Amino acid sequence: MAGQPLLTVRDLVVEFPTRRGALRVVDGVSLDIAPGEVLGVVGESGAGKSQTGAAIIGLLEPPGRIAGGAVHLEGQRLDTLSGEQWRRVRGRRIGAVFQDPLTSLNPLYTVGRQLTETIRTHLDMTEAQARARARALLGEVGIPAAGERLDAYPHQFSGGMRQRVVIALALCANPRLIIADEPTTALDVSIQAQITALLKRLCRDHGTAVMLITHDMGVIAETADRVAVMYAGRLVETGPVDAVVNRPLHPYTEGLMACIPTMHDRPPRLAQIEGAMPAPRAMPPGCAFHPRCPLAMEPCVSMRPPMVARPPSAAACWVRAPEPEPVS
Amino acid sequence: MTAPRDGIGAPGGEAVLVRLRGVTKHFDVSPPLLARLLEGRRRQVLKAVDGLDLDVARGRTTALVGESGCGKSTVARLLVTLYRPTAGDMIFEGVDIGRLRDRRALAPLRRRMQMIFQDPFASLNPRWRVGRIIAEPIRAHGLLDDPAAIRRRVAELLEHVGLRAADAERFPHEFSGGQRQRISIARGLASSPHFLVCDEPTSALDVSVQAQILNLLRDLQRDLGLTYLVISHDLAVVRFMADTIGVMYLGRLCEVAPADLLFARPRHPYTRLLMETVPDLRRPDRDRQPLAGEVPSPLDPPPGCAFHTRCPLADDRCRQERPGLRDDGAGQVACHAVEEGRLPAWRGAGMPGG
Repeated sequence: MAGQPLLTVRDLVVEFPTRRGALRVVDGVSLDIAPGEVLGVVGESGAGKSQTGAAIIGLLEPPGRIAGGAVHLEGQRLDTLSGEQWRRVRGRRIGAVFQDPLTSLNPLYTVGRQLTETIRTHLDMTEAQARARARALLGEVGIPAAGERLDAYPHQFSGGMRQRVVIALALCANPRLIIADEPTTALDVSIQAQITALLKRLCRDHGTAVMLITHDMGVIAETADRVAVMYAGRLVETGPVDAVVNRPLHPYTEGLMACIPTMHDRPPRLAQIEGAMPAPRAMPPGCAFHPRCPLAMEPCVSMRPPMVARPPSAAACWVRAPEPEPVS
Repeated sequence: MTAPRDGIGAPGGEAVLVRLRGVTKHFDVSPPLLARLLEGRRRQVLKAVDGLDLDVARGRTTALVGESGCGKSTVARLLVTLYRPTAGDMIFEGVDIGRLRDRRALAPLRRRMQMIFQDPFASLNPRWRVGRIIAEPIRAHGLLDDPAAIRRRVAELLEHVGLRAADAERFPHEFSGGQRQRISIARGLASSPHFLVCDEPTSALDVSVQAQILNLLRDLQRDLGLTYLVISHDLAVVRFMADTIGVMYLGRLCEVAPADLLFARPRHPYTRLLMETVPDLRRPDRDRQPLAGEVPSPLDPPPGCAFHTRCPLADDRCRQERPGLRDDGAGQVACHAVEEGRLPAWRGAGMPGG
């Protein structure tokens, strides 16, 4: 990656304290996002991808907390910020788009009021200037008759249009990074394509980077520049999207790609990964994937594999990416 | 399976297991009477399913695909008699199940059709042990009396769906989503049905688990000769499961065709829109220019062809005259452009313009 990364995450650990000890839902995740880059974060439910996103933007659901590691945005450390300091970063320099647009919109205020309020919180603008910007943003995200729609309430928009409003809200203060957590999952397929295309176009136009968290590999294949694959709270593989989809290194990534049905053929059977992802409380020793892995060997069951570069990708796997000098 | 089965995929049986003709379901969603009287608000009828004709072939998989609000789940609920049709015929094994009013007359038919629901977290009683959940249809239909025989049958069903006989003693919360969906399938099979209606059977599951469940459903069909109606919004799932596919839009079928033909040469512009907009892992289109527009409200569907508001081929006739489903040997399509021969050639999903 050329130049300075916009966001760096190093050895991030997220824990939920419980009466029976802390549950570790994100376990040593390190990743970088370059300015203007779309990083796809994929994994199945419980893989820790949403918790990673929430930790980066300072919105972990209590009692969840960052128990280790560091997050830097353009050199500024984020994970140690106080609530008040966070409010100046969130919205201003990092925007968020979540799965359900209704959770991001206040049902009691018009869309225009929510937009102008957000704009004026972060940018030094008069009411009239903010309203003009709000109208321009609504137009930019493809809402017809933007001027009139400013005075409409969220319930008067369709699901797809609401998600456009949320994207406008995230873009209010021209942030450098948008965390989009399953932004199209609640939408119908024909609307999904519109929203991903919109997100891609806006970020290209504004030079905004995106961390796109999703379980949908098809969306990733069409949208992301690079992909990070998570399994059981850990990163198992990162690399350019084409390499991860077509030449996966990690056996989990390989299994995941193979078991996705496609419209283009009808095999007699789908490839399947036996078993299920372990719960945080029942994490196996060594590589978390070894109980389901067809390639598992001796070190896999006892030692946790480190991320090892295998250009253009990197993977945490003793078999596919052993260390240059194996410790034996 | 040792339990009695009534001629599943029976040789000599009719090729069509379920025949739907003009099936219609309207929901009255009017404001309350007082609001209508005092505020002058109008009656409102939601035409969830509007004149559906469909044959479900015995021993095969028929799928209904479409976006939310197209009425596909209403069809599923009509078929298993959870809803009663407003009009039309639903012939299952020679009996019009939509017209049967007598619960006792319905019971034997109900035993031969079962439904698998989308959410295995909501469809299993959390307070019952798995054994009791699976035995419920056996008891409800009085298929076996002897507790030991019921236990044996439950154990057999559990093993058939890839679980262990001992799992009968556990509670649903002890299982993962995929295992719960296996329990739902075991319960669905408990009364030895011929016909399974699967409403989004894997939408709540992760892809690696989805593959396990889809493989299981296909194995069961092969072993037991089951007939499936699969309801799904996911074209890739439908591609893997179905022999015949019906595409629905706003309560109506716009195209019905054998699966291979439909994917090789989709004809209805809506079918083409769906195929073009689904991102495909193996053939990603990174410069996609998606078609604008949204599904109109089913409360106020457009006149003429319901799709004309989003259709690149729409003309005056499409805006006024509703196209009927026409069979021309290569499948059924409801489209004036197809009938008039003004449909452009299909260049494959991922290509611009249909």
